[in-house]
This record gives sequence, C-alpha cells and structure tokens, in this order.
Amino acid sequence: MRAKYVLSEVALGLWRNVTMTVAMMITMAVSLTMLGASVVLFLQVNSMKDYYYDKVEVSIFLKNDVTDEQRTALKNALDGDPLVKSVFHESKEEAYDKFRTQFRDAPDLVAATKPDQLPESYRVKLKDPNQYKAIYDKYKDSEGISSIVDQRRLLGKVFGILNSIQELALVIAIVQGFAALLLVANTIQVAAYSKRREVAVMKLVGAANWFIQAPFVLEAMFAGVIGALLAWLALVGAKVFLLDGSLKSLASLLTPVPWRTINLMLPLLFVIGALISGVTGWVTLRFYIKR
Amino acid sequence: MIRLEHVTKTYPKASRPSLDDVSVEIEKGDFVFFIGPSGSGKSTIIKLLLHEIQPTKGKVVVNGRDVTAIRSWRIPNFRRSIGCVFQDFRLLPNRTAYENVAFALEVIGKSKEVARRVVPEVLELVGLGGKEHRYPHELSGGEQQRVAVARAFVNRPLILLADEPTGNLDPDTSIEIMRLLDRINRTGTTVVMVTHDSNIVNQMRRRVVEIESGRIVRDQPRGVYG
Repeated sequence: MRAKYVLSEVALGLWRNVTMTVAMMITMAVSLTMLGASVVLFLQVNSMKDYYYDKVEVSIFLKNDVTDEQRTALKNALDGDPLVKSVFHESKEEAYDKFRTQFRDAPDLVAATKPDQLPESYRVKLKDPNQYKAIYDKYKDSEGISSIVDQRRLLGKVFGILNSIQELALVIAIVQGFAALLLVANTIQVAAYSKRREVAVMKLVGAANWFIQAPFVLEAMFAGVIGALLAWLALVGAKVFLLDGSLKSLASLLTPVPWRTINLMLPLLFVIGALISGVTGWVTLRFYIKR
Repeated sequence: MIRLEHVTKTYPKASRPSLDDVSVEIEKGDFVFFIGPSGSGKSTIIKLLLHEIQPTKGKVVVNGRDVTAIRSWRIPNFRRSIGCVFQDFRLLPNRTAYENVAFALEVIGKSKEVARRVVPEVLELVGLGGKEHRYPHELSGGEQQRVAVARAFVNRPLILLADEPTGNLDPDTSIEIMRLLDRINRTGTTVVMVTHDSNIVNQMRRRVVEIESGRIVRDQPRGVYG
C-alpha cells in the first residue's frame, strides 16, 4: 500500500513538472554521454598503448656509406646491450619491398624510387619502451649512423590527441553534470513547494521522514536513470554509426572499441546517474524540509 | 502527562525571552486553557510540546518522555501520540473530508481497510456524518474545523493540542467546536487549548493558565478569562 502511494506520488510529481523533468533528463543524458565517452576513450587509449607499445621499435638508420666494420660493431654493441630485447637488421632490399607494399597505390612513387635510395637500418625492440632516451644517448655518436627514430614518439602524438579529446569530454561531462545537479535541486524544490501542504500535514501527524522524502528522491533518481539510459543509447549509436560506420577506416588504425566496453557503460551510467541525482535530491530536501 | 520545568525560550535576535522560567504541570485527562495577549508566548508552548522548537533552558516532559532528549528520527513516532488543530484548519484542498482524515492514517502506514473502518466512525463523532465526500471549499468554516478535529483525533492521541481553534469562527460555531473538544476530553484525552476568546473560556469554566510577557501570572482550576 505504502509503496503504491509513493510510486503514484512519484509519477504525479514527474508529470506535474513535465517540462522541468524533461530538461532534467536531457542535461543528465548529455552529461552522462560525455562521461561515458570519456571513460570509453580512457579504456581505449590504455588498450591501444598496450597493443602498440608491444610492437614499436627504435629504428637506427645507417648511412649510405657505412662500412662493414661499423655495421658489425654496432650489431655487436646492440646484441650485448642489456636494454635491448631483440635486434633485427633490415637491408636496403627489404626496406624497398616494404616500401613497395606500403605505397602500392602510388605506382609512380614506387617507380621513381630505387632500392639504393632507401637506408638500411637496425630495428631494435627494447625491454622497456620508455628507455628510448638511454638508447638514443648511447648510440647517437656511433660511427655510420644517420638517425635514430623512436616510433613511440610518433604514437605519442596520436595518444596525446586522444588524451585531450578524452579530457575535453570529461570537462564537458563535469560542466553539464553541474548544470544537471542544479536542475535536479531546482526541480525538487519546486516539487516540495507544490506539495508543501501535504508535507506539513504529514510532519504534523507523524509520518516517517523517509516516507515524506522518498517520493522526491525517487523522482530525482528516475530522471537520473532515464538520463543514463539515453546516454547509453547515444554511446551505442556512436559505435554503430560512427566507429563501425563512417569512421571505420580510422577505427582500424585506432583498434576497434569492443561491445563489451560499451555494454559495461550501462550499469556504470545507471549507478552514477541514479546516485548523483538521488543524493542531490535528498540533500536539497534536507535544506528545504527542515525537521 | 505534560510538565514544563523552568522552561525559558529565547528566539535568536529577540531582545527578551518568549517564555521566561515557566513551570506548569498538566495531568492526564485535564482540559487546560492557555490565555494571554498576542505575543505573550502561549503559542510557543504548543511549538515546544510538538518539538518544533527546543527550549533555551529547562525541560519539557510529554507522556513521561523528555522531549528535548528525543532523537530527531524518533520525532515522527512521538508526534503520533499528539493530535493538533489550528486556527487555519490546514486541510488539503484537493481531498474530501474522508480523504483528509484517511490521509493522516495512510501516511503513518495504516492500511486502507483500517481507514475504511475508522474514518466514518470519527467523522460521525465530530458530527459530519453524510458529508464525508465534500471538499473543504464545499464545507463551512465550522465544518472544516470539525474535519481537522477528526484528523487530529483519528489516531486516538493521548493529547490534543488546539492553537486558537475558534479564531476564524463565529461565536455560535465556536461553541459547537468547544462542545466537540469537550466530548473528546471526556474520552480521556488531555486537551491543551491556546486562545484569547474570552467568551469561550468563561463558558467552559475549566483550568485557566494566563501568560503575560512570557511568565505565568495566573493558574486557576475553574477560571474565567479575567
């Protein structure tokens, strides 16, 4: 009986303030979408780092006029280096083969390039990819070397961009979340005001505090849950239409976002949406309905 | 039943206390008028008894419990033993007489079945039999106050507090309401009424406690307004 009363009060309250309710749900949805996107991106960047850092190498390009002695000396030094996991020599011909497959869409470029123009190199895998600087310092003055390139630095730029997108999404989530909280507080105040007579009588005849407050708090939580559902649908839409749709070519470079990650967002957003709006509603009531 | 022990209440920013070292005892089944001019502190007593405010000094004991020591989450339970009637009735305008009274039962967890049994009974008692389904705006002032009395009494409280219950009513209607409160008092309910309606006090000839500037200046067993 009491549950029925509370639920019908919640429905009535939401309907009475329907414009406010919708505004509350939309801001909540936008905020939670951004939060979800931010979390997905964060997980994604981490898994990409694991994926790529495992594959990146330091390339030590040799000069065209490198002598056999210099090459052997370098090879021996790298083989004996404790920082190095493995070394692989790429000859001019191998570099040319790679170049041809990489640029097979541009036959003019391939035709204009001779194997001789491509430098031979040592591809070095490090035990700890972060040790690039040590390797660079150690070998930069060795004989016969033209340049040392760390692929990780190139990836770093990509990750930097992804990181800033993630941070931007997080900032939007926080700002929107703040707006959503203010709306929740406002809606609850309006709801409490429109039911002030009932509240006064309930307090007078000794209704339990939770019973007085539950309809308002549930009202706020309901809006939070609907906002979370909308946010999750937005993430699903983003995956279907953007990542698996128009941005598919990009996604192959960025490693695909698995459904598991998207699905994980549903309970997360539910809990965050319901909790944040519920607590806000409750705190507002504490100020608004004294005693 | 009710005991104030050296109670002083000073509101924040007030220059002098609303109640100044007031001690009074009310037995179970008593009918007591608190009289005095506006601002003398009589309504402060009602608020203290309901635990709406806390005394600055002293002790308030209701039903053998020190009100000031009740934990805030237990206050709702405490209030269920006290019925309350006000000058402005405080009925819910969008509910009928029956629904107004039933509301008081439902929000403290009583079932609809209990309400169906008890509410018509108490409406009959206050003399509103046959008017259960009228809305407050379809009732006269006296009838509205009867609904309020029914709501206050439906939980069979030990104490009924009435804060100027006849303040908005004409003399004849006031007398009727007083007869009703008298009838409720005879069931064993302690009635505490704050008023400055001299007519009523003089007719009832009950205990009168007069307050002036926060102090008790008179306490007579079968008093008149003075």
